[in-house]
Amino acid sequence: MNCIIIDDEATARAVVKQLCSKIPELDVVEEFDNAISAIKFLNQQTIDVIFLDIHMPGFSGVDFVQTLKDPPRVVMTTSDTDFAIAAYEYECIVDYLVKPITLARFEKSIEKIKSSSPKKAQAQVTSQQNSPEGEDLYINIDRRLIKLKLNEILVIEAKGDYIDVKTQKEEHRVHTTLKKIKEKLPEKLFLQIHRSYIINFTKIIDIEDNSVLIAKNVVPISRSNRPELMRRLNLL
Amino acid sequence: MIEQPNLNYVNELAGDDQAFKDQFIAIIKNEFPLEKEEYFGHVENLRVKKTAEIVHKLKHKFNILGMENSYKLAVAYEMELLEGKHNSQSKFVEVLETIDEYIKAI
Repeated sequence: MNCIIIDDEATARAVVKQLCSKIPELDVVEEFDNAISAIKFLNQQTIDVIFLDIHMPGFSGVDFVQTLKDPPRVVMTTSDTDFAIAAYEYECIVDYLVKPITLARFEKSIEKIKSSSPKKAQAQVTSQQNSPEGEDLYINIDRRLIKLKLNEILVIEAKGDYIDVKTQKEEHRVHTTLKKIKEKLPEKLFLQIHRSYIINFTKIIDIEDNSVLIAKNVVPISRSNRPELMRRLNLL
Repeated sequence: MIEQPNLNYVNELAGDDQAFKDQFIAIIKNEFPLEKEEYFGHVENLRVKKTAEIVHKLKHKFNILGMENSYKLAVAYEMELLEGKHNSQSKFVEVLETIDEYIKAI
C-alpha cells in the first residue's frame, strides 16, 4: 500500500513516517505540509491511504476530505478528540489517531485499513457525495426550523409569496420564493419543469406529453423546460 | 514547578534507529524556535486567533516531549484565547522557555 502524510508540523510528519517504516507493506511516497499541495499531487497519482492532520491553518483536514472526488482511505491524526465525531461523518475515513500515536495503536489502524477494501471505501464515498440521501433542508415555519430530508421531497410549488413543499408524508407552506429554494437544492435531484414547479425527478412515476406524475401529483411541464427534463432522464 | 521535557516517546519510536532520533532532534531544534518566535510575534501584535493557532501547534510538541501537564495547560490556554482571556499566558511562556533550554542541550 502506498500512502502520503499531510500535516503542517514537521515533527508530526516525522513521527507518522517513522511509524509507517515499521509496517513493511506500507510505502510513504510523499509528505505535505499543506492540503492544497496534496490535492495537486492526488490529481496526478493514485494513493491507497492518506494520513491526514485535521487541524491545519486555512484548509483543515475535513475541508480536504470534502474536496476529494474519489478519496482513498483516510486516517485522521490530531491532538483534539473533539474532532472525532466530525471526522467519522465521512465513510472514507477509516480511523482516527490521537497524538502522540503509539506503535501499538498505529498497527491497529493498519489492520482497519486492510479490512476496509479500497472498492468498499470508494463506493461508500460515492454514495455519500453523489447521492443527497441523508442531506437535509431546514424550512422556517412560524419561527420553527423543520428538518426535511431532501430525498423525501417530491414537488415544490410556487403559491404567490409562498411555496408548498410536498414530501411523501406531509406538505409545508413556507414564506419564500421558488428561486430562493432552488438555489438550496442539489441539481442531481431537483429540476424546475415549470415556472411554478420544481420536482424531484428521481420520484417520477410517469410522463405524459405535458405533465409528469409524482406520487399523486400531476405536475405540468412547460415547453421551455421540457428539453432539460428529457436530457436528465437520458442520464438515468 | 514546570515538568521537564524528555525524549521517552521519541526513543520508543526510534528503537535502534539512531538516524530517526537524530532527524527528529534536528527537526525540533529547527521548528521549535521558529514557532516560539511566531507565538511572541502574535502576542505582541494582539493577533488572538493566530496566537491560538500557534498555541495549538506548539501543544503537540509538549505531547511529544512527554509534558502531559503542559499539554493540558496549552489546551486550556488555547480555549482561553478564543474566549478573549489569557490567564495561562505566563505559565505557557514558562513551558516554552523550559523546552527552549532543553532542546539547546540535546
